Amino acid sequence: MRFQRRAALAASILTACCATAHAQQVTGNAFNPAISLILNGHYASYSRNPADWALSGFMLDRDAGLPTEGLSLDETELAISANIDDKYYGFVAASIDQTGNDTSLNLEEGYIETLALPKGLKIKAGRFLSDVGYLNPIHSHAWDFDDAPLAYTAMLNGAYKDTGVQLKWVAPTKLFVELGTELMRGDAFPAAGAAHGGVGASTLFVHVGGDVGDTSSWRAGVSRLSADANERSSVFTLGTAAFTGNSDLTIADFIWKWAKNGNSRDRYYTVQAEYLHRKESGTLDVTTTAATNLGLYNGTQSGYYVQGVYQFRPRWRAGIRYDQLEASNDVAIVGPNPLSVTHDPSRVSVMSDFSNSEFSRLRLQFNRDHSSLQIDNQIVFQYLMSLGAHGAHRF
Amino acid sequence: MKALSFVIATAFVILAAPAHAAVEVLACEPEWAALATEIGGALVVAESATTPQQDPHYIQARPSLIAKMRRAALVICTGADLEVGWLPLLLRQAGNGAVQPGQPGNLNAADYVEMLDKPSSVDRSLGDVHPYGNPHIQTDPRNIGKVAAAVADRLAMLDGANAATYKQRYEDFAKRWQAAVERWTTAVAPLKGKQIVTHHKGWAYLENWVGLVEVGNLEPKPGLPPSAAHLAELLNQVKGKEVAVIVRSTYEDAKASEWLGTRTQIPYVVLPHTVGSVPGANDLFGMFDAMVKTLAEIKR
Repeated sequence: MRFQRRAALAASILTACCATAHAQQVTGNAFNPAISLILNGHYASYSRNPADWALSGFMLDRDAGLPTEGLSLDETELAISANIDDKYYGFVAASIDQTGNDTSLNLEEGYIETLALPKGLKIKAGRFLSDVGYLNPIHSHAWDFDDAPLAYTAMLNGAYKDTGVQLKWVAPTKLFVELGTELMRGDAFPAAGAAHGGVGASTLFVHVGGDVGDTSSWRAGVSRLSADANERSSVFTLGTAAFTGNSDLTIADFIWKWAKNGNSRDRYYTVQAEYLHRKESGTLDVTTTAATNLGLYNGTQSGYYVQGVYQFRPRWRAGIRYDQLEASNDVAIVGPNPLSVTHDPSRVSVMSDFSNSEFSRLRLQFNRDHSSLQIDNQIVFQYLMSLGAHGAHRF
Repeated sequence: MKALSFVIATAFVILAAPAHAAVEVLACEPEWAALATEIGGALVVAESATTPQQDPHYIQARPSLIAKMRRAALVICTGADLEVGWLPLLLRQAGNGAVQPGQPGNLNAADYVEMLDKPSSVDRSLGDVHPYGNPHIQTDPRNIGKVAAAVADRLAMLDGANAATYKQRYEDFAKRWQAAVERWTTAVAPLKGKQIVTHHKGWAYLENWVGLVEVGNLEPKPGLPPSAAHLAELLNQVKGKEVAVIVRSTYEDAKASEWLGTRTQIPYVVLPHTVGSVPGANDLFGMFDAMVKTLAEIKR
């Protein structure tokens, strides 16, 4: 049946069309995949020493911290994608990082995805950004602000990406409903050490969304990330700490976009908010110059951000974001530990950006960052440019 | 965790698909939805992903469109990279194997017409140029006739039980369309050779059909908004030229047209670029009736 359909399709194309049939030379590079390169650099200025930056009450990934002060390059990202055949799609994004004189190449994402499973099902396998939350699956160069919300920095180290498989289902309904689950290796924060023989984390998520008239569209979601951490290490001012136990995160996300007549080219508003709630329990192993202490740790932590972005004239946008975190930690350890709560971290950010075309963006951002006990005033100027294949207009 | 699993399981049960008799068609632009309705009549339910007020280049792969893509049996888009920013993403996110490129459920109108403005080289410094040629093919009524044949073919293939009806409805449409094209062609014949300025390079096929000569664009480069510097330059350029009209579509801001029009006394108009864009353009016939009527009223 399928073969007959294809044959019929081929035949009808031959009969119905011929205007564009040109004899073209057959060469191997006709099947070149879509290639795009993101160039990303910035200048950052902090009123306080960035080495002193910490989030009170949270044990961060060991690489967490503010972006490099002064002039620096962010990740230069090379992305290659194409349909592999009629059943699979493939995507690879590698980032070239330059820190000091060290250049490193990292695999941001590298996955395959099915195209032709029945009933709205789809499987993705490889290394990818988890679909939990709203912002998590979006590459950082497509964010509306230079930096991740504090809740994302604290609980997902910016974004959770790991190696694994994902099963997703889109319902055949008028309302957009998408359900999905992921099984992950459990190597990346908030998981660590690939517990359970290398299946150390799992997720579940539900997204619903739709339009309201021609002008507005929205999406809401609830996600759950259950991760096992095996010696997840963290650095703090007085030493290092390793956490072994489980980390269960729940995320509620909501986004609303408005544009006159739904034509977002000239003017639009976007309101976006996410709430993250995490419970961690296990043991903490703290090493300071003085001693090594081991003890039980139970923590309940939460955070949210609310942001609004307004494109007030073609190519020009302005945005404001508020971040707030809160932690309640029960740590049975003698001596210092990274989880002591001095205050509830918060931050206010404002930004404005200019996009000469869809492919370039310049952004100026100011943060009044109350993550540490002392307020830090931060100014960031950033460029984000893409060359090569046309980027996707994600919602 | 348990509560969430329960919600998911319940959702699976509640959302089990109801059976649809009609062929669900998702068109990227209103003209293709209108064409599917002409050919399919009551046998199809055709929806457009965009409205006449929305620039089809700048659409996001929003949730409602993913849901529509998931249910569609046939997707009709212009192609030629017009929807490059959002269609591939929708296709990937919807999990609908039947409408992937290469399948009978995926139809690109641009595959069935002769493309104009095919650039010999492409570079982003030239603006948002399309390597496969100008994608705004629907402004030449003869192209609509060509795509109609392809739509009829596909509907017959996807809904074999009603193949005879599609064939018969297509033949009827083709006859009426042919007669209308002849009428419109006669009506616009006096406009041959007239010079026009357009907002975006979106009217190449209309110009080719009528014989209009495009002498400038309000956009400095395709896809970039009109700038004061460019408009000032354009003002000098059109001075002393016999420009008949400044043309824009419904989704383009009127300011630049008005600016140039008031300074040059050149009339500025909205031409229907698709079905539903101006009063009276309720279907494809109405769209070209309105287009021809507006063009015929141009005095200079």
